[in-house]
Amino acid sequence: MTGTVYTETVVYLAPEAFANDVPYQVAIVTLEDGSRVTGRILGERVAIDDRVEQVELRDGVPFFRRVA
Amino acid sequence: MRAVAIAAAGKTPFGAFPDRDLRSLAVEACQKCLKNGHVSPSQVEAFHLGNFAGPSFVGQNHLAPYVSTAVGIRDVPATRFEAACASSGSAFFHAFLAVASGVYDCVLVAGVEKMTSQPTARVTEILAGAGDCSGEIKAGSTFPSLFAMIARRHMYQYGTTLEHLAAVAVKNHANGALNPDAHMRKVITMEQALAARPVAEPLHLYDCSLISDGAAAVLLMPLDRARDFTDKPVRILGVAQASDFVALDHKEDITTFPAVRRAAQKAYEMAGVGPRDIQFAEVHDCFTVAEIVALEDLGFVERGAGGPFEASGATARTGEKPINASGGLKSKGHPVGATGVAQLCDIVAQIRCEAGDMQLKRNSLGLAQNLGGSGASCVVSILGDV
Repeated sequence: MTGTVYTETVVYLAPEAFANDVPYQVAIVTLEDGSRVTGRILGERVAIDDRVEQVELRDGVPFFRRVA
Repeated sequence: MRAVAIAAAGKTPFGAFPDRDLRSLAVEACQKCLKNGHVSPSQVEAFHLGNFAGPSFVGQNHLAPYVSTAVGIRDVPATRFEAACASSGSAFFHAFLAVASGVYDCVLVAGVEKMTSQPTARVTEILAGAGDCSGEIKAGSTFPSLFAMIARRHMYQYGTTLEHLAAVAVKNHANGALNPDAHMRKVITMEQALAARPVAEPLHLYDCSLISDGAAAVLLMPLDRARDFTDKPVRILGVAQASDFVALDHKEDITTFPAVRRAAQKAYEMAGVGPRDIQFAEVHDCFTVAEIVALEDLGFVERGAGGPFEASGATARTGEKPINASGGLKSKGHPVGATGVAQLCDIVAQIRCEAGDMQLKRNSLGLAQNLGGSGASCVVSILGDV
């Protein structure tokens, strides 16, 4: 599944459940059907309008990676 | 509907108070309010309490009678309202309806939150409960990060800058330094704001409001009756509550809050005034970007113009539209359940010319905007002198 980054942030202060992940990037991604989903970004940081591809689904949370 | 007034107001200082529990803070605000109105607890016909997360922060449920009985209010309905950070705004809106419709002649509305007994990571987790825990929060979003994503999008669509955000923080800290009840009475510079450590990019430490303890209360009566208790009743000219999606990713455009627009439109209609008539406002600056979006959604400026308006000085105490003369959530503090009613207390103080060093010259028509979550709840209130 691919989509486009609608907005993003890099989180530095997180609840304990995510404390080991900081800093991590969260993005709202607009999917091809026009719906939006909040997911995590793996690898290279992304910016608004970047194309991303879903590479994993962990416990219902989509993880995306930038498409070159 | 009958004309309704705020007959009295009272609040605690905001801050970190390790020796105070939730109930003692709420009781202090209520007692100050009743004393201010020369009203005894036995005259109160209903008690509304705004509180976001007492059960999570301090492990106590059933908060309304827990507080009201400690104030000496017995037998009458005592109800807690929860709408995230708009909890006490919602308690106030529903109290207004009850008095305006003639059901009650005297309703005490309070708001309280006791937050500082938990470590910051746990506070972040509790606050995240105001978001969609099955989606955005599970993905690692925090409240700062939700507003950071709003800021990013606002920057992208309108060219809003980090300096615009910092201008809000600098202004609100300057205002809060004049507020004896503020949590952080500290003037900061633009350079300090911009150099602070990141919380969720592009938001830095000074873009975020404070984790605070505190309580506030107001007393509502029909206007005619309020005149028997005070020579300075403050009329509630308009008040409205609106709602929207809890999850940010369900919204079509995250740079505007439809709930704020709807609540504002209804409140303006009820009051028979428009955004230009409003002389000053207390808006919900939980994050600096939220104040910028509020200016736009309340109709004070066009969409996208909030950042430059802030940077121009127009929102300063001496500007054409003073915003958050109290210091706002940024500097005054943000005990979330208390914030909505505390904003009203600040507006009442301005209208009554009791705001001390914070006093504004144009003070007869003020607006309060209280936001819940990332825009899922909003209460807008317009108060005026009579």
